Amino acid sequence: MNVLGFPILTLLTVLPLIGAALALFSGRHARVVALFTTLACVLVSLFIWTRLPADGSIGLVERAAWAPSLGIEYHLGVDGLGGLMLVLSAIVTLMAVDAAQHRVHHMPGLFFGLVLTLEAGLFGSFTALNFFHWFLFWELSLIPAFFLIKLWGGPKRGPAATQFFIYTMAGSVALLLSFLAIFFATTSKDAPGTMDFGQLAQMAASGQLAQMVTAHLGPVMPWLAIGVLAGFAVKVPLMPFHTWLPAAYAEAPSPVTMLLTGAMSKMGVYGLLRIAIPIFGPQIAAMRTPLLVLAAATVVMGAWAAAAQTDLKRVLAYSSINHLGYCLLGIFALAVPVAGAAQQASQAAALNGVILQMFNHGLTAAALFWFISMMQFRSGGLRGINDFGGLRKPAPVFAGLMGMALFSSLGLPGLNGFVGEFLIFRGVFPLAWAAATVSVLGLLVTAVVILTVIQKVFSGPVPERWAAFPDLHHGERMALAPVIGLMFLLGLVPQLIVNTINPTVQNLLAHWRF
Amino acid sequence: MAWTIFISFAGALIAALCPKDKPAVARWFALAVAVAGLAIAVTGYAAGFGQGRQVFVDALWVPSMGIHFMLAADGISRVLVLLTGIASVSGVLFSWNVELRTNQFFAFYFALIGGVYGVFLSGDLFLLFVFYEIAIVPKYFLIAIWGSTRREYGAMKLAIYSFVGSAMVLIGLLAAYVTAGSHSTTLAALASAGLPVSFQMWCFPLVFVGFGILAGMWPFHTWAPTGHVAAPTAASMLLAGVVMKLGAYGCLRVGIGLFPHGLDPWGVSFIGIGSWRDVFAWLAVIGIVYGALVALAQTDFKFVIGYSSVSHMGFVLLGLMTLNQIGVDGAVLQMFSHGIIAGLLFAIVGRVVYDRTHTRQFAELEPMHLSRRLPFAAWAFVFAGIASMGLPGFSGFVAELQVMVGAWQANPWWTIVSGIGIIVGVAYIWRALQKAFFSDTLPTPHELEVEQAHKFAPITWPEYAGVALLGFCTLAVGLYPRILLDQIEPAVKTLLAGGAQ
Repeated sequence: MNVLGFPILTLLTVLPLIGAALALFSGRHARVVALFTTLACVLVSLFIWTRLPADGSIGLVERAAWAPSLGIEYHLGVDGLGGLMLVLSAIVTLMAVDAAQHRVHHMPGLFFGLVLTLEAGLFGSFTALNFFHWFLFWELSLIPAFFLIKLWGGPKRGPAATQFFIYTMAGSVALLLSFLAIFFATTSKDAPGTMDFGQLAQMAASGQLAQMVTAHLGPVMPWLAIGVLAGFAVKVPLMPFHTWLPAAYAEAPSPVTMLLTGAMSKMGVYGLLRIAIPIFGPQIAAMRTPLLVLAAATVVMGAWAAAAQTDLKRVLAYSSINHLGYCLLGIFALAVPVAGAAQQASQAAALNGVILQMFNHGLTAAALFWFISMMQFRSGGLRGINDFGGLRKPAPVFAGLMGMALFSSLGLPGLNGFVGEFLIFRGVFPLAWAAATVSVLGLLVTAVVILTVIQKVFSGPVPERWAAFPDLHHGERMALAPVIGLMFLLGLVPQLIVNTINPTVQNLLAHWRF
Repeated sequence: MAWTIFISFAGALIAALCPKDKPAVARWFALAVAVAGLAIAVTGYAAGFGQGRQVFVDALWVPSMGIHFMLAADGISRVLVLLTGIASVSGVLFSWNVELRTNQFFAFYFALIGGVYGVFLSGDLFLLFVFYEIAIVPKYFLIAIWGSTRREYGAMKLAIYSFVGSAMVLIGLLAAYVTAGSHSTTLAALASAGLPVSFQMWCFPLVFVGFGILAGMWPFHTWAPTGHVAAPTAASMLLAGVVMKLGAYGCLRVGIGLFPHGLDPWGVSFIGIGSWRDVFAWLAVIGIVYGALVALAQTDFKFVIGYSSVSHMGFVLLGLMTLNQIGVDGAVLQMFSHGIIAGLLFAIVGRVVYDRTHTRQFAELEPMHLSRRLPFAAWAFVFAGIASMGLPGFSGFVAELQVMVGAWQANPWWTIVSGIGIIVGVAYIWRALQKAFFSDTLPTPHELEVEQAHKFAPITWPEYAGVALLGFCTLAVGLYPRILLDQIEPAVKTLLAGGAQ
């Protein structure tokens, strides 16, 4: 069944829920409960990471009948992709709880309860292999996120939360409708339909699924693909479905923004890889050109928009859109129907890059929002790019560490951000040279944006009021050092991740049909 | 399981005899009776796994007419008895603050509960009708005496609608009895009597509409919102939770069970409607969408929930009209699910919020900042609202999904149109949530002072217990629907295969 016959994936999902229940009733001590819970989750997820099947297939499978008449099954499992996302979610949640130190005076029990519930939603959706089960956790993460923005956000939190909820909910409805249609189409008089991802992927690969859908519902397969893509496109986001994001990221309290960008945006990319591509491969391949245009637009426009912002949180929000745009670029580029040996190598490079980029962006973006929250705390709530200056003199350690995180975001070789983006471009150029060429522009503009931030915030003369800007204290250094260390480690020794995900990449590509 | 009925009527009698001036005695006694009923229901339910139809009592009652006092239960009955048990316990918990003539309140309350148990357990059509009538009278008094907004109007409207419905049922009942040869009124005997198809053709719609009125069938639903709003909390919980299910249960057990050929095609078809089945299915679909849209436009919090009941009961009727295994399974599951969720919503709106704020108008609730002042109510409503939206993990999702799948197999347009109702369902709950609890305006200093001066009474333990009980039920069924489906499926299979036997 799995490790020592023990349902460790279920344990990982239940752990934060237990923590949430405890946190809810522990009032002022909720953060301590949340810290211990998230730390335990990191350890369990790392343990899972070491127990993945070596051949890249899905392991640690748990299966049980649930509601057979609806095709619903309790079916869990992870491969390298899922395992990496578990580790990322666990790390980002730990960072978010750590970052929430000074910011939650109002109902801390509820705050940390919701954060931990969100973590359970992340774990559940990264391990589920049945649509119902997956959708349950997808929604489970949406609802706490809404309330975290709505109740603890900035001055315009109301509209931001509403916009976030409506966009994501509309995406979810599109997803749900598509899967219901598939369920109807695969239902026969005697046997219920299926919602199992693996089974559907097999049926899709053999062409059976498209036949059944066409027979039952007419030629709607492309529309179902669009419905599923829309659900994920909102979450990632893909232009033009991104408009909810800057407001939500800016208004959410920083720890929540860390979760939104670090982990929740990855749910969308993960969904594309686990659900959309395997089941709707041919339909996505048919729409490849418009999708590539949108992805390239996401990359370039995200970077340009970031350059135009003055609020640091919005700069990073648009920069996140830009960074995840690379993931979308890589995914859509590799959707080519017939692949020769050279193209297969490019596909593998792009996919490796996408998965690495998911992890790296999660880590770096979460760290950057953490730094912003420290700046806000120290400056009494300021976060405008022009509000600061010369901070490296009064706060050299702060400036140094944040600078490293910014350079990681810029994609400087030697830091983690570089490897993923490099592999994506290595893969995309041979597969879709035009989109790749346009997207290079995004790299350049991002570099300009990041360097501008560094220059305006850290260098120049020190304004009088920041002369005593407090540097990181001991506890903060201890908390941040491992994160920055990890950025270097993955930049210098990417094999730590690549060795485990490459078999998964090969395995996924071998099963995908476009 | 038959004891659920006896214990409730005995409880009603004793509650009436409780001292008038000691409400606490009546309350604890009522809780004991309700818990005893629930305990019997749970035990009976648990013992029913793997069992078919169980007959508990079968005695000749009026020998000359062949009327039996027959109590029996199959999986469908057991599920609904379980629902009644849960609803009656939570109803008592949310009536803990009834001070006016407490003993009489609980006397009527248990008379109603006893009637409901009776309907679900009757194995004889005449007996079923008797219990059905018994349930109407206490409903009237509960609303007329202990109700709120326009209570006499609401109570009278409800009573008139109910009596018209039962008159139609009575005609159908007598006609069926005579046509079947006047030997026996047991459901089994009538089902196997081989009623002529032409007779079933006119008797089915009569009986189906008669019961359908109480199930909130559009366009005969108008009693439901006014009745719900006028009723005291416990009564609206019971009204939405179980009384509407009486109607749906009658439609299934009597309408479809006795007159299956009434659903056959007429032979002619007009704009795609070629049988009573099409007619009622479309009425159900209209009810789903109409109820949801009207709920979206309400200014009174309780009316939102009242119309949402019409919408959700539409799924029950639609599920019944699919006439296939999965659709009817879904309908029965939806009866349970809606009973729990609507009960929870009415409890929050009527007891937890209204009894403290004394208003249900959104315009007046909005400046009260209830999410801060009554966080428990706000979060309980978030929970219940999500369940009502039909998000996965809650009972509503599984139930409505099954109905949708069944409807798809019967006529995809039913599914597509009722899908609109689900989307609007998200919208009206969302709107109510925003308006009643999470308004964006910040309190002014003056408002804060007023709030400090008039603190709301703290949430009491019966409220916590009631919310926990109902919340647990919807979550348990949503996460593990087989707990109910394992009993529903075989019973529906038998019923669809040919009547009660």
